[in-house]
Amino acid sequence: MYQYNDNDQTLIEQRAAQFRRQTESFLKGQISDDQFRALRLMNGLYVQTHAPMLRVAGPYGLLNSKQFRKLAHIARTYDKNYCHFTTRQNIQFNWPQLEQVPDILEELASVQMHAIQTSGNCLRNTSSDHLAGVCVDEIEDPRPYCEIIRQWTTLHPEFAYLPRKFKIAVSGAKHDRAATQLHDIGLHLVKNDAGEIGFRVLVGGGLGRTPIIGQVIKPYLEKKHLLSYLEAILRIYNLFGRRDNKYKARIKILVKESGMEQFSELVEKEWLLIRDNLELDAARIEAIKAQFAPPAYEADAAQDTSFAKLQLENKAFSTWVKYNTADHKVPGYRAAFLSLKAPDSPPGDMTDTQLDAVADLADRYSFGEIRSTHRQNLIFADVKQADLFPLWQQLDALKLATPNNSTATDMICCPGLDFCSLANAGTISVAKEINEALDDLDYLHDIGDVKINMSGCMNGCAHQSVGHIGILGVDKKGVEWYQLTLGGSSENEAAIGERLGPSIAKDQVTKAVTTILDVYIKQRLDDESFLDMVKRVGINPFKEQVYANN
Amino acid sequence: MQIIKDKQIIDDSWSYIADDADLKDGDISVSLARWKKDKQMLLKSNSRIGVRIGPADSVEDIAADLKDIQLIELDFPAFADGRIFSHAWLLRGRYNYQGEIRATGHFMRDQVFYLSRVGVNAFSLEKTEDLPVALSNLNDFSVNYQKSIVNLR
Repeated sequence: MYQYNDNDQTLIEQRAAQFRRQTESFLKGQISDDQFRALRLMNGLYVQTHAPMLRVAGPYGLLNSKQFRKLAHIARTYDKNYCHFTTRQNIQFNWPQLEQVPDILEELASVQMHAIQTSGNCLRNTSSDHLAGVCVDEIEDPRPYCEIIRQWTTLHPEFAYLPRKFKIAVSGAKHDRAATQLHDIGLHLVKNDAGEIGFRVLVGGGLGRTPIIGQVIKPYLEKKHLLSYLEAILRIYNLFGRRDNKYKARIKILVKESGMEQFSELVEKEWLLIRDNLELDAARIEAIKAQFAPPAYEADAAQDTSFAKLQLENKAFSTWVKYNTADHKVPGYRAAFLSLKAPDSPPGDMTDTQLDAVADLADRYSFGEIRSTHRQNLIFADVKQADLFPLWQQLDALKLATPNNSTATDMICCPGLDFCSLANAGTISVAKEINEALDDLDYLHDIGDVKINMSGCMNGCAHQSVGHIGILGVDKKGVEWYQLTLGGSSENEAAIGERLGPSIAKDQVTKAVTTILDVYIKQRLDDESFLDMVKRVGINPFKEQVYANN
Repeated sequence: MQIIKDKQIIDDSWSYIADDADLKDGDISVSLARWKKDKQMLLKSNSRIGVRIGPADSVEDIAADLKDIQLIELDFPAFADGRIFSHAWLLRGRYNYQGEIRATGHFMRDQVFYLSRVGVNAFSLEKTEDLPVALSNLNDFSVNYQKSIVNLR
């Protein structure tokens, strides 16, 4: 993975020092609440229900064991012994003290981490495919381009006060695992007719109150023009994006209101004027690529026979392998998911003990690297098949081996009303209840690939509008109600879920979910997935049952 | 009144003339609307001329006049209006404006570093007692990932 040079290190240290000064000025009353709000948000600091919440950047989800130990230390020293992984591959601390945040940033800087631009109306952390560089369906590894974009976005002087937040995601594989169609800009590495690799550029996607699927603005962009094209889009957005209404300020609204044709004309005109000054040279790309060279894989890893044997002997192990590991491009290796969706713990949360233990396991089994995923789990990307059994045993002891990857209990869930000051409704307790109702693993595995996403308010941090089953918490006269949607997807055939009907009471949510799953089990065709069935039959069969039972 | 210009605290010689006030001698700046309306009269005067631009104005509107304008004031109605940053970039990077670009209005001293990197070389702060700190804020970072407008070419 990318290692900081002196300039990178100096920059994050100076940023931490700058934030210390800003915090001190605020505490002395020298800058207003409003001003400090903008400054702290650009450093990932929200003021929440109980305490500030600090969001730390996980650059395109890639972290190492040393950084995990630091997160554990921060959780222990400054928080209540845990942290939370987000859908954009970042890490959140829910209980820091404002006065201590500058110290936390210094701690982070000591391991090449920071909280720069993890919130606020600016260019956010770039996210990517959690299987980048190891998956079998890859056109090219997106990580070097993510790093190039990370550097370009970091402290970009012109685009620090955008109309609204701005998120970029990059995918290099045929299967989109990074929800690129639901980002302000989505980039796909693609091959053109001449066999050269460049980018397909999408713009105007986004979730939140007005979920919209991004559209292609440039079917093929040469790599050398990556930054000039991004800059052209950002300049047009910065100049013309709406600033009169924060709910209409995302680029998706600008694209929608001006029309794709007019918007892309503006971008093209701007781009042609700047592109020759902002070319990425091949040497720079190669130098960054070198930082993502494959680790030292063992040539004879596939000759191991224990892996096949142990799967036959141990059903629990083979189930875990089936659900929580993925194919790897190198024979004899697999990628292993660490489930952060144990039945009794809030989705995406990890304790300091788990963080430390995972760091040790990463060192032993996966070249010291750990990735966070869009669905709030972790991955060891490079595990030798012979190591999977001991790894599984140790993960199991840490409650990180629930074999539920991509199943109904692998829920995406925001912190909800328990922690977030924006939320209208609780999520963690509902997730727990759904988990309890789906505690039969055979039933869960029979249902198969069902993605449940649950957000505590319409800001949609947990991407409920693209969940196969989406659950949205709403407030009705001070009471928590939940709006269900069906048929959403954030993958290749991205879709916004359709509303099932009127919102339902909190104590009815779990029953509604199990009713929906029962309808699926009864009416599915042979190998039909849940999403395929919803597409085939529409929402009515589900609606009838859910509201009949209510 | 003092301002920062080219990384020094200096006395300011300019006055802004409101749209309904009479023009006067000396270094004066006017709104873009007034510039468009009274351009010929302003060009005949002995004054050095500045034009004040807000976020909603288009920099393109004065691109052809830049040789006659010695000061452009980029006026922040609110610190979060980031259009100002693109205006500065366009003035320097696209229209090659060589005169003074000054940030005025409601911006924060924590923004002067970014502003300087998009081509703003003078800063008129709301509180003059903030000038020394703002001057030091120009050195908040010694390293950068993007080309500054100052060394674009």
